[in-house]
Amino acid sequence: MKLEVLNLSKKFNNVLAVKNINFSIEKNKTLGLLGPNGCGKTTSIGMMLGLITPSSGKIFIDNKILNSTNRINLLSMMNFASPYIELPKKLTVFQNLNVYARLYGVKKVKQRIEELTENLNLNEFLNKKTGELSSGQKNRVSLAKSLINKPKLLFLDEPTASLDPDVGDFVRKYLENYKSENELTMLLASHNMKEVERLCDNVVMMKKGEIVDKGTCKELIKKHGRDNLEETFLKIARSKDELE
Amino acid sequence: MNWNKIYALSLRHIYLIKGSFPRILDLIYWPTIQIFLWGFISKFFTLSSSYYNNTVGIILSAAILYDFLFRSSISYNMMFLEEIWSRNFTNLFIAPLKLSEIIAALTFTAIFRTLIGLVPAALIAIPLFGVSIFKIGTPLIFLLLALYIFGVTLGLLVTSGLIRFGPSFENIAWASLFFLAPLGCIYYPIEILPEWLQIISKLLPLVHIFEEMRNILIYNIINYVQIFKAIFISNLYFIFGVLVFYRSYEGAKNRGTLINMGE
Repeated sequence: MKLEVLNLSKKFNNVLAVKNINFSIEKNKTLGLLGPNGCGKTTSIGMMLGLITPSSGKIFIDNKILNSTNRINLLSMMNFASPYIELPKKLTVFQNLNVYARLYGVKKVKQRIEELTENLNLNEFLNKKTGELSSGQKNRVSLAKSLINKPKLLFLDEPTASLDPDVGDFVRKYLENYKSENELTMLLASHNMKEVERLCDNVVMMKKGEIVDKGTCKELIKKHGRDNLEETFLKIARSKDELE
Repeated sequence: MNWNKIYALSLRHIYLIKGSFPRILDLIYWPTIQIFLWGFISKFFTLSSSYYNNTVGIILSAAILYDFLFRSSISYNMMFLEEIWSRNFTNLFIAPLKLSEIIAALTFTAIFRTLIGLVPAALIAIPLFGVSIFKIGTPLIFLLLALYIFGVTLGLLVTSGLIRFGPSFENIAWASLFFLAPLGCIYYPIEILPEWLQIISKLLPLVHIFEEMRNILIYNIINYVQIFKAIFISNLYFIFGVLVFYRSYEGAKNRGTLINMGE
């Protein structure tokens, strides 16, 4: 699926949280949405998921405008995972995945759950309550939920935040493999620059609600004369402070 | 004792109260409602102590029916609150679900939670107090239907408040039913209310439901017109509740509260 964002803005009361942003993600590509905390990433993702009504601008998914008429249809081909939202803690892993598989209209529910839980090493936790899992295990369950409908467009908000390096690497490797075997366009919001360099084809840098730069990781690193994306991020994030 | 620390700790709660209108409302609300409800009940028993003399269990039957209303509304609210408490709210709203499907699912599931509470209570009342609400007969089904529709409507309105104001509206969820208790004439006839309150009361289905319950149990008179009037009024409120819910949802999308609602 191709995602296109045109002149998108969001104003809360009198504060412009997102200012006229434009970008697109080509089919099967991954875009990194970067920026300091409070720069408008979550609001932008919220608008792309149809959870927040934009003040102005348009979102196109596979050349179809995202609006209240076709939202349901488009949402069935999308999904989202974030460590800041959770699945009901009192339900078992199987029960949670079963509920979401049905909400997304998955046809062979049991088979899909088995596939995902096997690939994400969740088999032994299937009958365990989600609230009793470790943060690494919960993260994988959340990832399984986000892939339950075989989405064509996946939004990931800091998918490896608060994970130990081992689990973090497992998740990144899994996403790489999954993407190579499935048709999937991804938007990844992350503060882990190594993760972004590894997973993303292109990057959009946001600051105070605006897009301040975009390109491939290599292009941005070269353009700003830094050695890696982390230093490039810091340079862009602090640029105004330096001027002041 | 360090008074500064005591002050600081008090301040933490004062900030919480000051910053939340629903919390302030909640503090004022309960004593006011208690005074109204028990004031009218006392007035009724003072003026007409012989009213219930020949009929055992009217009060208990009213309590069971009122609890049915209470449970249906609270069940509705609880299911929605559970999504907020478990931080599952965003997951639900990004799923390809129509609002009408969410309302329907909550409405149908609420009946199970309600019956789980009601059936044992109604059965226990038979051997324990010799009171059976089943004595009402076939009209009981229609009375329960009217109560259920109205209970679900109250649930919908509170849920709309939760979407609009966030989890701080939770207190209103618990209090919503008691607000209607004095006006609903659950334990006393409508004549006990001042005339101006009677006009407001008649706009609620509760008065018609509980008046009919008393007519059946005391006088053995079944007035289906009144019962269907209660169902009709409940349905009007339900439609209003659905409209408010849709409006709150659109408002929440404008304010961006659907993406970060949690504990």
